[in-house]
Amino acid sequence: MRHVWVIAKRELGSYFSSPVAYVFLVIFLLLTGFFTFTAGQFFERGEASLAAFFGWHPWLYLVLVPAAGMRLWAEERRAGTIELLLTMPIEPWQAILGKFLASWIFLAAALALTFPVAVTANVLGSPDNGMIAAGYLGSLFLAGAYLAVTCMTSAMTRNQVVAFILSVVACLFLILAGFNPVTDLLVRWASPAFVDTVAAFSVVTHFDGFQKGVIDTRDLFFFLSVIGFSLFATSVILRNR
Amino acid sequence: MIRIENLVKAFGAKRAVDGVSFTVGRGEVVGFLGPNGSGKSTTMRMITGYYAPSSGRVSVGGHDVVEAPLEAKRLIGYLPENAAAYPDMTVRGFLEFAAAMRGLAGAAKRKAVARAVERCFLDSVLHQSIDTLSKGYRHRTCLAQALIHDPEVLVLDEPTDGLDPNQKHEIRNLIRELGKSKAVVFSTHILEEVDAACTRAIIIDRGRIVAQGTPDELGRPLDEVFRRITLPDTVKQ
Ligand SMILES: Nc1ncnc2c1ncn2[C@@H]1O[C@H](COP(=O)(O)OP(=O)(O)OP(=O)(O)O)[C@@H](O)[C@H]1O
Ligand SMILES: [Mg+2]
Repeated sequence: MRHVWVIAKRELGSYFSSPVAYVFLVIFLLLTGFFTFTAGQFFERGEASLAAFFGWHPWLYLVLVPAAGMRLWAEERRAGTIELLLTMPIEPWQAILGKFLASWIFLAAALALTFPVAVTANVLGSPDNGMIAAGYLGSLFLAGAYLAVTCMTSAMTRNQVVAFILSVVACLFLILAGFNPVTDLLVRWASPAFVDTVAAFSVVTHFDGFQKGVIDTRDLFFFLSVIGFSLFATSVILRNR
Repeated sequence: MIRIENLVKAFGAKRAVDGVSFTVGRGEVVGFLGPNGSGKSTTMRMITGYYAPSSGRVSVGGHDVVEAPLEAKRLIGYLPENAAAYPDMTVRGFLEFAAAMRGLAGAAKRKAVARAVERCFLDSVLHQSIDTLSKGYRHRTCLAQALIHDPEVLVLDEPTDGLDPNQKHEIRNLIRELGKSKAVVFSTHILEEVDAACTRAIIIDRGRIVAQGTPDELGRPLDEVFRRITLPDTVKQ
């Protein structure tokens, strides 16, 4: 575990030593603000909840999480430092986990900086704070799932742009499988059982519960298995360098 | 310390390394020569466990690189061909990272960094960020990383590439000095380095060893010998 931490610390350092981190944080906060208060009609809803806030997260993360994670392995390949890293006396999973955790911590920090939204809701009314906490937890796991997928696509190429596009497409699939307009369309042709199976692979389906304040172990299990599977796939891709 | 048997690496139909065998013992400095694309870097990448061999075996200090990679990698210090280093780190940060990855901490880490800095003459750039270093300094920073844990085996891919004449001289002396107590393999295109630093040279061409021996055994002048052995093959390629 010590090596995992050494790698994570280096990775976090490289986020904050470049403007990337600050640009990302500013854009993230601006976009959450815009979606929540303008597009999400936070005030007009007249209810003390963060539904307007969390509802957008699967779409917001679709672009922002791949942007934060695309460099993880692609940059390592481009600069050739991957050769250095993988000839150090560590197991490949330690490097994979260390890099993943560093990015996840970074995303968690960005998410934590949205606390004014929760404060606003508390000032204006009396929301269910347990529900808000569950929403934050779900949002964190949602980001983790996207990030793990981005790790995987980032390991495939030395080009960050390619990594970004691949992971947006993959994450889009994870959304659309359970997105209502799509499932409505599917129902016309396929059996409901089939539609439910497809929807079971969607992050939207599993994120819903958290938004309603329900922490279901099945939903947690879903996100953890997406993360686990993607990181495992990353290790397979890296082995075939 | 290094034992290579019948090593083969194929990229698709092309065999970049084709049945190479040699050993390097403690106290030896082996110069690895060959034209561009002859398979030097590929061989070194297999020694350090970056590429898995297509067939054949590599062991370092008695540990098979494929079966016991961690034990083998602990013994090795490696300078890759492009001298890659994390551009956003300072020289000091990078060396501390390398030391931490080698399991060093606290006072041991500080001592290791100080020694590597002194050996590779990095004092003046210690706090400079790596992407602003000149090529020679970046190369030396990466070399310092390879020496940080005082490894028993050194694998250096073109260690003097991009250095000025003074530095070339210093690094050669350093290699010769290190070679007294370690097993060293280094690749180079500079034939004087064979005389200056090596106890033995191996010439490889199109993935096969075409000559090896002490500089005296290979014959003189070295560059003529090198051209005679390797030129026809490369032209045909
Ligand atoms: N990842 C790879 N995929 C495909 N071919 C490769 C790969 N790496 C090396 N090769 C090929 O293997 C051959 C040997 O390359 P290698 O880098 O080992 O040569 P070298 O002896 O180090 O040359 P140089 O003196 O230019 O550094 C070359 O023909 C190269 O094109
Ligand atoms: Mg080479």
